[in-house]
Amino acid sequence: MDFTNIAFYIFAALTVGSAGVMVFHRNVVYSAVGLLFAFFGVAGIYVLLAADFIAIVQILIYVGGILILLLFGVMLSQKLTKVDVRTESMQLVPAVVVVGGVLAVLLLTISSTPWKLAGSLEYEPTTKAIGRLMMTEYLIPFEIASVLLLAALIGAAYIARKN
Amino acid sequence: MEVGLNHYLALAAILFSLGLFAVVTKKNAVTVLMGVELILNAANINFVAFARFIDTDLDGQIIAVFVIVTAAAAAAVALAIVLNLYERLKSINLDEADSLAG
Repeated sequence: MDFTNIAFYIFAALTVGSAGVMVFHRNVVYSAVGLLFAFFGVAGIYVLLAADFIAIVQILIYVGGILILLLFGVMLSQKLTKVDVRTESMQLVPAVVVVGGVLAVLLLTISSTPWKLAGSLEYEPTTKAIGRLMMTEYLIPFEIASVLLLAALIGAAYIARKN
Repeated sequence: MEVGLNHYLALAAILFSLGLFAVVTKKNAVTVLMGVELILNAANINFVAFARFIDTDLDGQIIAVFVIVTAAAAAAVALAIVLNLYERLKSINLDEADSLAG
C-alpha cells in the first residue's frame, strides 16, 4: 500500500466518522463540530483527487462560512441556558429501511458498472486553469452565480430582520 | 488494494446516505440543514472523482465550485427562514410548523 492509499483511508474514516457523529449525536452543538471535521475530511479527499483549488474553497466557504452560519442558527434559535440544545429523532425504523435500501442500490450500481477509466493520472495545479475557464467558457454561469449570491444575501437579510 | 474510482464513489454514497438519514429523521431544522450540506458534499465528491478518473478535464471541478456557491446561498436563505420560524413559533421543531395543514 502506498502513501495515497493510506491517506485515502484516513480521510475517508475521518469523513464518515465525523458525519456519523453529526447524524447520531443528540446535541446540536456536537453535531456542528462533527460536521466541521467531516468538511475537513472531504477537503482532504479533494486533495487526493488532484483538486487543490476545490479543497481550499471547501475549507474557506464550508468551514469559514456555512458552518459559522449554522452555528449562529443554533445559538440564535435555542435556549442555551435551559440546556435545550437537543434534537429529537423520529420514525427511525422506516428511515433505516429506506436509507439502507438507497445505500445498497447505490453501492450495487457503483460496483457493477463497467467504468471507462481514462489513462493518465498526473497531479498538476488547477487554480490557473479554473480561473481561465471561469473567465472564458463559463463566464455566463459565473455571472449568474454572482447575481444569485447577491439576491440570496439580500433576501436572507430581508427575511431575517425583525418587523 | 489500489484506491480507484469505486472507492471514492462508495465514500460519496455513504456520505449521501448519512445526510439523507439526518434529513428524514431529525426534528431540529438546523440539523436538517446540516444533512442537506452533507448530501451536497457527497454530490461534489462524485463530480470531482469523475473529473479525475473519467473525463480528466476541469469541467467537473468547475461544477463543484458552482455547487458550493449554491450551497452557500441556500444556507443563508434557509437560516433566515429558520430564524423567522423561531421568531413566530418560539421553536424550530419542524413538527410544529404545521399551520398550513388543515
